[in-house]
Amino acid sequence: MLKSLLILTAFFATSSGIAFAQATVHVEPMNLQGPRSLPEETGRAAIRDYLQSWQSLSAAFEQNRTSLLDPDFVGIAKDKLTETIQQQAALGIRTHYTDRTHDIQILFYSPEGLSIELLDTVEYDVQVIDKDRVKTTQHVRARYLIIVTPAELRWRVRVFQAEPE
Amino acid sequence: MRTRLTLLLGGLAVAIAQMSFAQDARMRLPTTVEAGSAFSIQSAGNGQATLYIVGLGQVLKRDVQLGESASFLAGSLTSAGHYLVVLAGTSTTQNGSFDVVSAHKPANLSFLAKPSRLPVGLHDGITGAVYVFDGYHNLIAAPTSISFELASPSGTLQKRLVITRNGAAWTVMDSTAQQGIDKFVARVDDLYSTRIVAQVPGDPCGLKMTAQQAGQQVRLVTDPVRDCSGNAVPDGTVVTFTENYNGAQSTVDEPLKNGIAEVEMSAHSGAAFSVASGIVMGNQIRWEK
Repeated sequence: MLKSLLILTAFFATSSGIAFAQATVHVEPMNLQGPRSLPEETGRAAIRDYLQSWQSLSAAFEQNRTSLLDPDFVGIAKDKLTETIQQQAALGIRTHYTDRTHDIQILFYSPEGLSIELLDTVEYDVQVIDKDRVKTTQHVRARYLIIVTPAELRWRVRVFQAEPE
Repeated sequence: MRTRLTLLLGGLAVAIAQMSFAQDARMRLPTTVEAGSAFSIQSAGNGQATLYIVGLGQVLKRDVQLGESASFLAGSLTSAGHYLVVLAGTSTTQNGSFDVVSAHKPANLSFLAKPSRLPVGLHDGITGAVYVFDGYHNLIAAPTSISFELASPSGTLQKRLVITRNGAAWTVMDSTAQQGIDKFVARVDDLYSTRIVAQVPGDPCGLKMTAQQAGQQVRLVTDPVRDCSGNAVPDGTVVTFTENYNGAQSTVDEPLKNGIAEVEMSAHSGAAFSVASGIVMGNQIRWEK
């Protein structure tokens, strides 16, 4: 597992952008439920694509542009995030989300191989901006359940939901 | 130097202010709210303020009177998640947060069954996975009991009871001995989702042919081809007839028609005929005139 973590860290260090570099990523040892074993490379790809989705999310919420969600979100997650951005835009609000740390565990690989469930204890900063005036900046620690499903070239986030710790 | 000191003091003031926001006790908030339920937020002080409730699943903004309770009707917040609460007055800002959790009652099952078609008699051949959602499309993370049932046309029923973990449950079933259309059902209370699984005959079993003279040819005819459970192998399945004679070999592929395959081949005395379908070998016949 240490090897996996090192590989993942190395991957992010070499191929990710500046925004990725800001977040510290830790991947917990797998404790999978389900009859199907998860190839290491598949798990890495799912986590990589999930982490990328935070960058899209952050940009979409800061600019109130729902189209920025398209590459990384699908289904329920995309519908909900899109609706929230539309609410923000209607209220004249923007929010700036910056992820700081991720502690990720892969929980479930469905038997047919069409979904992976992740648990991410994530720390992030949120800035609420109303008509270009910052109303608050808060540091948040939350536990997210994420379901990713495969698309043509990548894993996309289908369920993205914070749960009480 | 003066500028640096001013900046330092300014930064310190902001830090202290943010720390006090994080520990703000002037607002009374629920710790958790069930999705779709009514709730209220009690503030302290007096004067006008703007209340923001901000999450990734929803955003609300409302003008409120400080010192009063702001009530939110049922259906105001339906998306599960973590929400920040900001109460911005003219001179003060109060901060807090709470969680919206999924409703208890399941309303949607996302049920994936695989494969949709498989041979009979396969141990652990069918898998099913379920994610459970409430009426607002929130994943229900609380343990929920799921009943998986696989019913065959012959009345055979396989049943498994599984408790979800983090909203997910899965099971594995055997395909039964009889071909036909099975119903695979995932159920929670009166909520259910059905998938159809077609069980088709397996590989031929006990493949057997007979031979008889047909003019200058020999006619080879199989018995009705069945799998090891007695199900008729479907028409179109290819059967291969082979003739070996004097070091030469000729083969003919014939699809099953009406459950049997037949072919006419050269009738050489001393020829050996064999029959096969896929990797399944049948009997051999030595032809003597």
